[in-house]
Amino acid sequence: MEKLLLLGAEAIAQGAIDGGMSGVYAYPGTPSTEITEYVQHNKTAVERKLHSLWSANEKTAMEAGLGMSYAGKRAMVCMKHVGLNVAADAFINSAITGVNGGLIVAVADDPSMHSSQNEQDSRFFGKFAMIPIFEPASQQEAYDMAYEGFELSEKLKIPIMMRITTRLAHSRAGIETRPLKQVNKLKYPEDPIQFVLLPSNARKRYKGLLGLQSLMEQESERSSFNTYYPARNKSVGIIACGIAFNYLMENYPERKFPHPVLQLGQYPLPFSKVEKIVTECEQVLVLEDGYPLVEEMLKGYLDKNSKIKGRLDGTIPRDGELNPDIVAKALGLEVKIGKQVPSIVANRPPELCAGCAHRDIYNALNETMLEFGKQKVFSDIGCYTLGALPPWNSISSCVDMGASITMAKGAADAGVHPAIAVIGDSTFTHSGMTALLDCVYENTPVTVIISDNGTTGMTGGQASHATGRLEEICIGLGVKPEHVRVLTPLPKYHDEMVNVLREEMLYEGVSVVIPRRECIQTLGRSKKEIKVKVEEAIQ
Amino acid sequence: MKSDIILSGVGGQGILSIAAVVGMAALENHLYLKQAEVHGMSQRGGAVQSHLRISEKEIASDLIPEGRADIIISVEPMESLRYLPWLSESGWLVTNTTPFVNIPDYPDIKALIAEIEKLPHHIVINADEIARQVKSPRSSNMVMLGAASPFLDIPYRSLENGIKKIFEKKGEKIVQLNIDALKAGRDFSEMHKK
Repeated sequence: MEKLLLLGAEAIAQGAIDGGMSGVYAYPGTPSTEITEYVQHNKTAVERKLHSLWSANEKTAMEAGLGMSYAGKRAMVCMKHVGLNVAADAFINSAITGVNGGLIVAVADDPSMHSSQNEQDSRFFGKFAMIPIFEPASQQEAYDMAYEGFELSEKLKIPIMMRITTRLAHSRAGIETRPLKQVNKLKYPEDPIQFVLLPSNARKRYKGLLGLQSLMEQESERSSFNTYYPARNKSVGIIACGIAFNYLMENYPERKFPHPVLQLGQYPLPFSKVEKIVTECEQVLVLEDGYPLVEEMLKGYLDKNSKIKGRLDGTIPRDGELNPDIVAKALGLEVKIGKQVPSIVANRPPELCAGCAHRDIYNALNETMLEFGKQKVFSDIGCYTLGALPPWNSISSCVDMGASITMAKGAADAGVHPAIAVIGDSTFTHSGMTALLDCVYENTPVTVIISDNGTTGMTGGQASHATGRLEEICIGLGVKPEHVRVLTPLPKYHDEMVNVLREEMLYEGVSVVIPRRECIQTLGRSKKEIKVKVEEAIQ
Repeated sequence: MKSDIILSGVGGQGILSIAAVVGMAALENHLYLKQAEVHGMSQRGGAVQSHLRISEKEIASDLIPEGRADIIISVEPMESLRYLPWLSESGWLVTNTTPFVNIPDYPDIKALIAEIEKLPHHIVINADEIARQVKSPRSSNMVMLGAASPFLDIPYRSLENGIKKIFEKKGEKIVQLNIDALKAGRDFSEMHKK
């Protein structure tokens, strides 16, 4: 069969499509975005009319995925690690309701925080929910796990988590595909109250979930993704989770391991394999790209001189992603030390694009704030977070999606005036609307700047739910129409922007200022598309 | 055979088009390939790199270990030096000389070039200028790939075929311009490598 050259994220998408998925639900977030984008553009997915439009946030995505599963069809929900925090309520409870059609929750973690606020490890959430977790080592495994995941999910009647990290998500390799499966037919759950989590039924369902644990463990024991490589030298045994296995192989080419190795790709832990390596080896090194989950489980709380080595005892750095060199050092192997980076090399942090509207907004905001004072601007997740860096230094917070508005509210309640929020259009519809409602409810004096570039910019320009309805949303939530002000952020309107911002900051109530101009990236792209279309038309 | 390649540049400069052509060439030769990219925040004008590994044998890590890269191909001179810790002792550094200045403390270009020329194996090429000379001003990336091609374990013909596949949708003219750029880069290196 022909090989496809795919990113790890894309391999998951292709595996799910081939595995008979009926729809994907997601909100963009690095490094998970490419899963859904792939489905949006895949020929089979388009022909089959698989659902692939973006959701408002990860919670709505999770719920819609569960709804598709309720109807008997196979669904996948995708998000970045912090998105799972947003989806957590639905996610945890989906383990209690169980599924009807197969359900895969694909979560992409970002150790080393290449493009994130933290490096939380989603496997903890999977364990917390008590569901099986797949953790692929390679793009091929990512494909295979997605392909097989729906069947395991339907067999156990439980959602399956698929956990990857940045390096796998954004690394390309050749994939062998498998035969395309049919999508499921519409079929209601056999038990009409399966999804009704009233306490009486929830208790029953929860006992069912607990009862399933041993079955999940048996699946892990049998799984081809959990492989034991025996070896003679038992001074140390190595447990390599997910992509960590690749870094181990890099140090022992062609899988010629001198020590016993347990490659872990499916959880819950396969008891007998773990017991074997821990029993037969003098020490056990645990390699995991993320938090020390397996290490902590094996180590025990009181045993400070444990034979279990890893991130907790300093054998491996406690934070940051793994790489072949870190693994080599932990194994006591020789590591090549490359040349130093010459001191002449200057730091080159990311920046707002030339011509970006956020620039004009921050220029106007900074001038306005000269009369109101510093440290009163709260911001959010998106390109505009770069306003925290020079030359702007405009904002004092970036915490989680939507937090700018509610933090401004809390600060206003504490006496900060004016309290200002800067949030993007997509982030606003993701998690800012309820925050604005809190402000409206109390008529808290806050000025909310919704920088509307008509897209989800940071992740590469996905459609935004806010486009074309931002004023109506704000007015509908109860903001007075005369305090919903739309501006055009361009240098020539600088003075007007400063004046409007000043007026609204002086107003003792909720106001929303919407500077609106299309993202310079998507604008360039649509111009190119128009040009291509025109050229095609001429030919 | 294997080639461990680091591609570097600034977000938006399109280093991934080089990776795409090499990827196609690798597929044509039935080689294994892994290519780790940077997406997300750094793409906004920050420093970006891609680890590209090609081999006859199965490739383990998506990341190249330190001191093991056979070549650094950089479309920007300062960025070529940022990844020196990865370059092996016998490795080549092939860089464009046209600076991308988007920071206030960008170093003196002459000092940068002097730093690069301290390395035993380097090709310093004004890819933008050469691309203009062959009337393909937007193909400086392919000039860079051409300049790097003598040091890659991939047949030159396969790189040309890679260009054909990657750019075929854009028409024959664009394909030819990119092949011309590739050739110009190749010729430059053949003349200047020691």
